[in-house]
Amino acid sequence: MTEPVLSVRDLQVEFALRRGALRAIDGVSFDIAKGEVLGVVGESGAGKSVTGLAVIGLIDPPGRIAGGEIYLSGLRIDHLPPEDLRRIRGKRIGMIFQDPLTSLNPLYRIGDQIVETIRTHTNLSEQAARKRAIDLLAEVGIPAPDKRIDGYPHEFSGGMRQRVVIALAICAEPELIIADEPTTALDVSVQAQIISLIKRLGRDHGTAVMLVTHDMGVIAETSDRVAVMYSGRIAEIGPVQDVIQNPMHPYAKGLMGAIPTLAGEDKRLVQIPGSMPRLSAIPQGCSFNPRCAFAFDWCRIERPEPIRHGTQAVACHLYDASVKETAA
Amino acid sequence: MLAFTLHRAIQAIGVMIAVGIIAFSMFRFAGDPVNQIVSLDTPPAERAEVRKSLGLDDPVIVQFARYVGNAAQFKFGVSYQFRQPVTALLMERMPATLELATCATVLAMVFGILMGVYSALRRDTLLAKAFQAISLIGISLPTFLIGILLIYLFSVTLGWLPSFGRGDVVRIGWWTTGLLTVSGLKALIMPSVTLGLFQMTLIMRLVRAEMLEVLRTDYIRFARARGLTTRAIHFGHALKNTLVPVITVAGLQFGSVIAFAIITETVFQWPGMGLLFVQAVQNVDIPIMAAYLLMVSLIFVTINFVVDILYTVVDPRLRSTISGAA
Repeated sequence: MTEPVLSVRDLQVEFALRRGALRAIDGVSFDIAKGEVLGVVGESGAGKSVTGLAVIGLIDPPGRIAGGEIYLSGLRIDHLPPEDLRRIRGKRIGMIFQDPLTSLNPLYRIGDQIVETIRTHTNLSEQAARKRAIDLLAEVGIPAPDKRIDGYPHEFSGGMRQRVVIALAICAEPELIIADEPTTALDVSVQAQIISLIKRLGRDHGTAVMLVTHDMGVIAETSDRVAVMYSGRIAEIGPVQDVIQNPMHPYAKGLMGAIPTLAGEDKRLVQIPGSMPRLSAIPQGCSFNPRCAFAFDWCRIERPEPIRHGTQAVACHLYDASVKETAA
Repeated sequence: MLAFTLHRAIQAIGVMIAVGIIAFSMFRFAGDPVNQIVSLDTPPAERAEVRKSLGLDDPVIVQFARYVGNAAQFKFGVSYQFRQPVTALLMERMPATLELATCATVLAMVFGILMGVYSALRRDTLLAKAFQAISLIGISLPTFLIGILLIYLFSVTLGWLPSFGRGDVVRIGWWTTGLLTVSGLKALIMPSVTLGLFQMTLIMRLVRAEMLEVLRTDYIRFARARGLTTRAIHFGHALKNTLVPVITVAGLQFGSVIAFAIITETVFQWPGMGLLFVQAVQNVDIPIMAAYLLMVSLIFVTINFVVDILYTVVDPRLRSTISGAA
């Protein structure tokens, strides 16, 4: 097997506050292979975005990576000096943020912003970079790119701006793109276009994509594999079809049950009772146990670690034969 | 854009007419000007003669029209105390005030922006905290006190700088400048610092607050995610976005600087328009007061106008809104 583009091992992210450190990410591990799209889902505050920011090294104080390792094509990047990390950002890892309306500097022409990024990471001349910028805009589907390149961000619609943001993210041909809720701020018809654009770019360039979203529909459409996150941990990870059709973790089950279908069956959507614990009050044992219908005593004592189960890996005592025996 | 400019120009003219009415009414309500000109024992016939020669017996509307007409040609009548045309007096004093105000503003802008940027980017350093403390002093100490303290320190105790006047000046056409002689430059230092200190602290605090605000925005985060250098992010992206409000404040403050110059000029006996105005107030020299009022308003209105236009140069979003509305 070839080396994964991104490999995260036991990642821990803490936010140091006056009352002590809050652990936002606690022991997250996953790989993304070349050309693979990994979807990361979960509720707000589950740690999806923080994971993405940790990978690209943009966690702002008081947050910090407290433990674990991050490898980019075999190179450990989680404690590189800031200047080395900066050279990787934008060049080897591209990032797309949620809100295209605020991601671009309103005072600069989009062409200037693209040229600036290209020239930061390559030795291209001003003219060559501009030509490349026009090609990029064409590639992400902006009509008349040779004219639009001199437009200001406010002259573009939301969907077009997200295309510009994507062009900026891929302008140095990165190995990995982290897309943090790239479609959340867009309307539905534009969402589909952006999703297929990201998918196409990943396929054409063999780029690995980490797609953070809370929209299961988006995941189902784009991802090869999906990681379900819950209060800073991965509850379940596996191929997208398997996880959607046969979710194992009670939380993943609840999440899949909460997806409305167009089949018209007139039944109520599943609702997971309660809400995700605050970081300052994560319960002992499995953090999902207060909301879990299947929780038994052991769930309130010992935290479950991910266990392989066919193509999937689940962090749940229900699937751990040894635990069940001990409990019985 | 043209419609926007015209619209603003009409507004400006409206403001100037309003100020004209106020300036004109000073003549009518601040006592009888004839009393200021003639002596106590002048016979009534002679007073009537003076009144007639000054046109003070015409109807109010006629007098106002005449006043506006003259003012539009920069004729503001004759000073009661100097018996000279007010325009000539003001023109003679204007270079001193403008040089002082410009110097103070440049000082305030340069140091204000530098200190503001520094204290935003290096928030936790000792120097940044020192800047914050200094800015508190600059904001809260009255101008005249700073001036007097400077005079005490640098003129009385150390004897380095002159305590009053403009030093030697060079005449270029009708303009007199102190910028070309050593004594002129030395004389300019303390008044400029005194006058500019308040603006400097204001600009510094504004730049700091704006910069911190801008550094939190999504496009700065995205710029970091694009791997741009820290220098490009701070000085290319953040600073330019910070400058929009700074231009407004600095522009409007230039007007205040000229107006505040009254105090500084009094403290340093600087031979500018402010000092002339203070003397005019003491002697109820209404033509000078009225002309000064009109002139300061004109400067304010002009600056406002320029600032509005400058916005559109810095911020492309305004360009399209303006042409869209027009």
